Amino acid sequence: MRQTKERYRYSIILLKQLVKTDFKLRYQGSLLGYLWSLLKPLFLFGILYIVFVKIVRVNYGVENSGGYLLLGIVLWSFFAELTSGSVTSIVGKGDLLRKINFPKGVIVLATGFSALVNLTLNLTIVAIFIIIGGSSINFGIFIVPLLLMQLFILSLGIGFFLSASYVRLRDISHIWEVIMQALFYLTPILFPVAFAPLWLQKILILNPLAQLVQDLRYILISHSTVTIDDVYIDRPYIRLVPVLITLLVFITSVYYFKSRSKYFAEEV
Amino acid sequence: MNNIAISVKEVSKDFKINHSKSTTVKAHFVSILKGKKDRNIETQHALKNISFEIKKGEFFGIVGRNGSGKSTMLKILAGIYQPNKGSINVQGKLVPFIELGVGFNPELTGRENVFLNGALLGFSEAEVAAFYQEVVEFAELGQFMDKKLKNYSSGMQVRLAFSMAVRAEADILLVDEVLAVGDADFQRKCYEYFQRIKSQGVTVVFVTHDMSAIRQYCDRAALIDGSKLIDINSAEKIAKKYIQLFSEEKSQQPLSSKQTKRWGDKKATYSKVSAELVDNDKNILISATVKANKKVEGAYYGFMISNEARQSVLGTNSMIEQVKAEALKMGETISITWKFPNIFNQGKFYVELALMHNATQVSDWWEDATFFKISNEKRTPYIVNPKTEFTKDKMWKV
Repeated sequence: MRQTKERYRYSIILLKQLVKTDFKLRYQGSLLGYLWSLLKPLFLFGILYIVFVKIVRVNYGVENSGGYLLLGIVLWSFFAELTSGSVTSIVGKGDLLRKINFPKGVIVLATGFSALVNLTLNLTIVAIFIIIGGSSINFGIFIVPLLLMQLFILSLGIGFFLSASYVRLRDISHIWEVIMQALFYLTPILFPVAFAPLWLQKILILNPLAQLVQDLRYILISHSTVTIDDVYIDRPYIRLVPVLITLLVFITSVYYFKSRSKYFAEEV
Repeated sequence: MNNIAISVKEVSKDFKINHSKSTTVKAHFVSILKGKKDRNIETQHALKNISFEIKKGEFFGIVGRNGSGKSTMLKILAGIYQPNKGSINVQGKLVPFIELGVGFNPELTGRENVFLNGALLGFSEAEVAAFYQEVVEFAELGQFMDKKLKNYSSGMQVRLAFSMAVRAEADILLVDEVLAVGDADFQRKCYEYFQRIKSQGVTVVFVTHDMSAIRQYCDRAALIDGSKLIDINSAEKIAKKYIQLFSEEKSQQPLSSKQTKRWGDKKATYSKVSAELVDNDKNILISATVKANKKVEGAYYGFMISNEARQSVLGTNSMIEQVKAEALKMGETISITWKFPNIFNQGKFYVELALMHNATQVSDWWEDATFFKISNEKRTPYIVNPKTEFTKDKMWKV
């Protein structure tokens, strides 16, 4: 019991320092420093906004299409940063693993929390857009933390799996890159859900990422956003499917990570 | 039971070495198609069925040659590797000293590294802040703490790392010999520290192949060789056994002609070469038998001693010693000896013998004909180490 408590305390201390170190190192030597965490999604947003809203004139069916697009991009960036960052995280700390015994999960958690810090910064920009765009904030805002938690758990789960499997199979980094490309288009970031025929919508929205992005847009940007409830009218229990997928991904990944983590030091 | 710090029970460790390096999907598929198991995976037994116990407050040595498995043992004790079989029971907080400055990042400042390394040692930020000033003073790095670590000299880095390491409040300390790398002053500091914590009741497990350190610091030691535990005994006995192990191996496979260079026309050849310490270790005696296979005119004899670093230490020949060169009859056998004072430092020395005739003709030139070992209490960093006397006396002013 005492040992578990000690180990927990150690994990927290370590996690804090690793996140701090990561933050210090990330933009070291760059002129704008931390600002880049904000500027990068903003530039991406600017480009996509010009292409999709101004040139292609995609109709998102919402009043604040800027905020709609930006929120999608910010959420996607978080997912992408956390998962791709996790892939090499364990191998990248190989030097440490071979010299000291510490809870290995801390490494992936540190990647997760670094991404979370960035997400928080980016969400403040989204907040500005919401205020300018005049979206109405309602009681649904209390669900936002829950949805963000679901996103965090989903991304972490995938991160645990990727980081542990990359130790044995170095193709994972390339495979994940390809999957990310596919996922980007399987998630309604750029295109409105209504673009797809209903039968396809029914499949796409079961992807937890799609469900999350749409739910958050619904609460923060516009109630005209198509959510899982709109796709499956009269079947509200379907809403549980992406949540269960999230939990399943997380639990199996953590289990896999735990069973592999004993051998990281010798395999890495 | 209560005075046991670490108990190791029937621990075995195998490493799977993958020769094909198939860490790609393609290779995995290929190996699946070929049959279940990848034939290129070789199992290496790093440790076989090892059991021992270390008492609380003990300074315990683990000795063995390179590749014997002693470092694997240390990593298993540290919890870095998992044993395939057996169990380890550790009582108390264990801190591994496998390397100094674990997690040091060259891009961070000295200060930031102190906090990072502190976290790895299990200290919260507040705890590190509390002893931060002491660390800086101990490392003598006052004005450098806000500079990046990459701008530190290696000596400064080691000083900083060591000042952090000594902070670790361990019940059990695992120390790898890599720690003993560093200048003499630093080594002394390390050992002083180990002595101090030992007096505080901390258990120290020390892995090395430096027998003088084992003799000097350890209470008991375990000898590991060929992945097996050979013996656990007092430090003195283990140190002896370790040296024996080395010489046994050497005598089992005498310097074969493959390894040693030997050339000449073989008109006369050396055999039964030996080198030994005589006269209470004061002198060294080299003896050999010379057999003339043919008639040899004007034979003369030489030898040369070189140390492990292959530096020539001394040598001479019978011409220099003004012994008249004489002919050897065919079939004649003579014995020769060389005797000279033992002026050597500790270590291993190689004996090179030469048999010449007709002034320049080589009959038998034998490098590494034999060797001898010197163990000296007194050690100097120079090539020779003769018995030296030093006096000092007060001079009285009248």
